[in-house]
Amino acid sequence: MAQVASLTLLHNDDARPIIEAILADNPGVRVLDMPGCVKLDRDMELVVNRASVEERLGRTWDPQEIHLVLVSMAGNLDEDDDRFLVGWKH
Amino acid sequence: MTVQIKTIDLEPKRQTFGHIARRLGGDKPASRYQEATLDVQATDNFHYKPLWEPEFWAYDTGKTAVKMEDWYKPLDPRQFYYATYNIARANMNQAVERNFAFIEERGLVQTLSPEAKAAIERGLLPLRHLHWGSNMNMSEICQRGYGTAVTAPCIFSAGDHLGMAQIVSRIGLELDSQTGVSLENAKETWLSDPAWQGVRKLIEDSFVERDWFQLYVAQTLAVNGVLFDLAYKRLDSAWRDGVIPVAMLTEFMSDWRAEEGRWSDHVVKTVAAESDANKTIISEWATHWIDRAVEAARPLAAALTNENAAAAAGETAIARARALGLNV
Repeated sequence: MAQVASLTLLHNDDARPIIEAILADNPGVRVLDMPGCVKLDRDMELVVNRASVEERLGRTWDPQEIHLVLVSMAGNLDEDDDRFLVGWKH
Repeated sequence: MTVQIKTIDLEPKRQTFGHIARRLGGDKPASRYQEATLDVQATDNFHYKPLWEPEFWAYDTGKTAVKMEDWYKPLDPRQFYYATYNIARANMNQAVERNFAFIEERGLVQTLSPEAKAAIERGLLPLRHLHWGSNMNMSEICQRGYGTAVTAPCIFSAGDHLGMAQIVSRIGLELDSQTGVSLENAKETWLSDPAWQGVRKLIEDSFVERDWFQLYVAQTLAVNGVLFDLAYKRLDSAWRDGVIPVAMLTEFMSDWRAEEGRWSDHVVKTVAAESDANKTIISEWATHWIDRAVEAARPLAAALTNENAAAAAGETAIARARALGLNV
């Protein structure tokens, strides 16, 4: 069975562009709505692309800013200036 | 005993306002920007036509020659509404305050050569009047324009120009040890120095332009694109030993230009792309006002550095206008 990579984000105005970017960039992502937050699961890998968030946010966005709305995560973290990725690949 | 913690997920009955949902094509969560912008301006049921302009309603699409199917198409890519705008500007202003403190602490303006001080007084300080004129123009566009998508960012821009006029004034106060003498001199320069008269005539002529979108094109592509571009980017050699302090103290202007340009370009591009008729009219306006701005800038550039700086600023503005799909 594939391992699940996951990000749980607050469900607020600041996180919405990030959530939308994740939904657009990760085919097959599963969305679990909870009170106040959203859990996004996907097999093996989940990526947040800086460019997609910026497109929705209308300003420059540093992937580190995700920590302001990040509740929980599952997967090994791989981040650079252009993306924030959790996954189980080595 | 086991305690079971249950959560109940309450689904809101609706995610956003009906008029926003109709825009978004469904009841989806909308951003603050969308809720503060889309269809906010009144469109119907005005009581009386204004006495001073009885041919138009208070908000009337006929106040410009360009036609848009929907004036909410040219949205602001920065997604500015009151809060985001103020947060962005507060951050930029913090940098301004730091730079002024830095310059004051080290006496970087007081110790400039008399030639540099004179050049700043003549070449930079009169810009406060040009900024004030730009503030007038943007306020005018806000009040005559149609659709919150376009008009709201215009009043933000008007506020920006007022802020920049204040920054320029503060540079003057640094020069004259807070007496205000340099500002009086700069006003005299603005009113009577031949180098500035072309610029003054251009901005004063723009005050009486009744077509608000033409005014928008004149302000963003010609005044911002040519005159402010010249003043803040191409006059470095005029400030002599003052080039670093001036660059630091006008940092706001270059940040602002880069940021506001994204919005103003997007608006012109979107409106021009609506129809060939729009494109033709806007191209004519852009050509007219950019040419005028280059002519106006020429004596100023000649007096401060060399005349070619005006042409160079004009070429950049034309290249920019072409990139927006205009035939200039």
